[in-house]
Amino acid sequence: MTSAMTSTTAPIIDIRNLSKSFGETEVLRDVSLSVRPSEVVVIIGPSGSGKSTLLRCCNALEVPQKGAITVCETELVRDGVVLPEKQLNALRTQVGMVFQSFNLFPHLSVLHNVTVGPRMLSGQSRDEAEARAMELLEKVGLANKATAHPAQLSGGQKQRVAIARALAMKPRVMLFDEPTSALDPELVGEVLGVMKTLAEEGMTMLIVTHEMSFARDVADRVLVMDGEIIEEGPPSEIFLSPQHARTQNFLKSVLTRS
Amino acid sequence: MNLDFSPVWQGWPYLMQGALVTIEVTSSALLLSVSLGLLIGIGRLNPKRRVIYGLASAYVTFIRGTPLLVQLFLLYFGLPQFNIMLPAFVCGTLGLGIYSAAYVSEIVRGAIQSIDHGQVEAARSIGMSSRQAMRVIILPQAALRMIPPFGNEFIALIKNSALVSLLTISDLMHEAQIIISTSYRSLEVYLAVAFIYLILTNAAGFALRLIERRMKAGGILQ
Ligand SMILES: Nc1ncnc2c1ncn2[C@@H]1O[C@H](COP(=O)(O)OP(=O)(O)OP(=O)(O)O)[C@@H](O)[C@H]1O
Ligand SMILES: [Mg+2]
Repeated sequence: MTSAMTSTTAPIIDIRNLSKSFGETEVLRDVSLSVRPSEVVVIIGPSGSGKSTLLRCCNALEVPQKGAITVCETELVRDGVVLPEKQLNALRTQVGMVFQSFNLFPHLSVLHNVTVGPRMLSGQSRDEAEARAMELLEKVGLANKATAHPAQLSGGQKQRVAIARALAMKPRVMLFDEPTSALDPELVGEVLGVMKTLAEEGMTMLIVTHEMSFARDVADRVLVMDGEIIEEGPPSEIFLSPQHARTQNFLKSVLTRS
Repeated sequence: MNLDFSPVWQGWPYLMQGALVTIEVTSSALLLSVSLGLLIGIGRLNPKRRVIYGLASAYVTFIRGTPLLVQLFLLYFGLPQFNIMLPAFVCGTLGLGIYSAAYVSEIVRGAIQSIDHGQVEAARSIGMSSRQAMRVIILPQAALRMIPPFGNEFIALIKNSALVSLLTISDLMHEAQIIISTSYRSLEVYLAVAFIYLILTNAAGFALRLIERRMKAGGILQ
């Protein structure tokens, strides 16, 4: 009972005073952020502002030098020290990640892309994993592509498979790094549609995107980043009355572009 | 110029026996070369693992920087000074395998490094260990890229195996020399031997292309 109570109140991701440099260049400066269960947080900001880096810190694909990150009640990293390998791998199964460039496994069929994780890491039998994978492929609208190979799919289809692959691990939180930026405009909608469904089902999500109308519809909170968090608030506030000149400039540049 | 191939026909069964020994030596050496080359290639992926990386690099530097014949003689004539006496066949196989492994390791390393880093990241992000990611995601993809350069290495191995005749192994080259020592028909016998090597190397190339086509069609894993 107590665990149920804490899990509804404790944040799923809790980032405290994070700083990260690549060599001499400081990419993240003193970033703090929490994402609560079922919350959808969208990060926006100019190119090179550290959005991807922040996201990648949340599953230790990058290691920040300072600060701490707690994910699913487990401290992932503190001041440059990462959780030991075994626990790290276990924790990563609870954090789904979707990449801009899909990163599907090209040598495996669509079905196998989705089942390889559960079969290897959650000890599921082949039948179990495949039944669940088919449900997920159904959900992203690709059940008919189960036996195809990634090379035979469109970008939008690939990204939906990538989402199914991440969901197969039953993650408690999903990280999306510009999931639609590599897609032709007419394919963006099908991916955003799947993400919207996930949000409605209560999935906790941290999303980097330039899709402002999606952010307006789906986000509970929008964060504007430029090395640090410049501004954050509900989408209505950020988009309609941004406080900072840097936010205003960024929004102007994005809106005129599209 | 008069050519007389009769010593070749008379010695044909011996040449065939020699060719068989050449095939035995090269295929055992190939087995060693691939397994060792895989380990050394993987050992050279991460310079941060200082000891493994250092040892593997030293191996490659030494083997690639010295003549194969010297390496073979070190094994065959050098080791007995430590009272290690290996049969000629073992020395030949070992020497060839060790030599070829250095080149295979470079092929392995290059192929693994050519796989997009996003593949490892995707595998790690669903919770695979680096070992699991290597085995299930990276190596199967890299294997396909290894095959063409690998074919070249296999062919080089067949040709280099002629050197083991100097260790008294009765391979194709060795049999040829015996036939020449009684018939004095060097040109004819060496021509025949060259032709047999040509068939062996081309058969090897053909087999590898076949494997490559199959792996491509089958999507490699399963
Ligand atoms: N592995 C790395 N090594 C060195 N520098 C890096 C590395 N990864 C990112 N950077 C640098 O860190 C800065 C932030 O990069 P990051 O990818 O986080 O930005 P971003 O906000 O995601 O940009 P974009 O919108 O273009 O994706 C950039 O200046 C980038 O060049
Ligand atoms: Mg980015």
